[in-house]
Amino acid sequence: MVGMSLLLFSGAAQLAVIDLIGQNAPVAVVIVTAIIINIRHIMYSASIAPYFRRFDTATKWVAAYFLADEIYAVSITEYRDPVTELRSHKLFYFGAATAFFTTWLSSTTLGVVLGANLPSGLSLEFAIPLTYLALLFSVLDDQSTEIAALVGGAVAVLASSVPLNLGLVIAASTGIVAGVVIDIRGGQFPKVDGTDGPDAERSSTTEVGEE
Amino acid sequence: MTTEHSPLAIWIIFVAAGLATYLIRLSFIPIIGKVDEVSPRIKGVLRFIPAAVFAALVLPLFLSVSVSPQTMPVITYEPAELLAGSVAAIVAWRTKNIVATITVGMMILWGMQIII
Repeated sequence: MVGMSLLLFSGAAQLAVIDLIGQNAPVAVVIVTAIIINIRHIMYSASIAPYFRRFDTATKWVAAYFLADEIYAVSITEYRDPVTELRSHKLFYFGAATAFFTTWLSSTTLGVVLGANLPSGLSLEFAIPLTYLALLFSVLDDQSTEIAALVGGAVAVLASSVPLNLGLVIAASTGIVAGVVIDIRGGQFPKVDGTDGPDAERSSTTEVGEE
Repeated sequence: MTTEHSPLAIWIIFVAAGLATYLIRLSFIPIIGKVDEVSPRIKGVLRFIPAAVFAALVLPLFLSVSVSPQTMPVITYEPAELLAGSVAAIVAWRTKNIVATITVGMMILWGMQIII
């Protein structure tokens, strides 16, 4: 488990990998599922890369390893804030990474040591769906992402008996298509970061949940 | 955790998934000087991935459809888990706080287990 935390360093994917290994899903399916879950990091990479432009090559390659949801979130918020003037993009990023990385590894180690001794009657495994729920609601930015989630979730329920856990792939793809269709029909495709769409001004004033 | 996978198979999963995750995270970081921006069209599609994936992961953990040739499809669920999940969803929606969501969800599940 600690090895997995070091290699993957990605909570959502680690939970899914454990779940699927427990269900004896085929090795390839587990790997593909982890990739699907983490493909969102392409967006993080693309959006944070300009701020890493002046790092030397080795630093860039090390920085990429730490690009997990939470570290990306705190760093990009700080980089984009026009009020605070950062003395060093590098120091801020690696500071956030160090704090999160040590917490993540020590918590995983604690889980391995204590986990087996925890009574199963407590249903602690229920914390996994609850964690996904919290993550889900934190990424719903506007009506289109809500519909993408609704469609993705509904299809996943209907497709849950599809073999090889392919239901997840089918459901997520359907949800993404639904979201894109809504954006196209609303004349706001492509919408990027809630500001770059052709109708950015109108959409950002009419939508709820914009940050 | 009980599994039929060998330790080797599990390590292959960890290494492959870990390497893929690293390459995904790295993707744009070294090349940003050469390629200036990801196409807005690609970003416009990519932005739906987190919402669609997390919803597709979470909903089947609460609701499942059982299909048999004889009957209509039936939706099955655990009442205690569904109630705890629904209230936790409201907390997640309102607070966007992971700790609060887990705490409320677990409290309600335990409460229901005591009652039932």
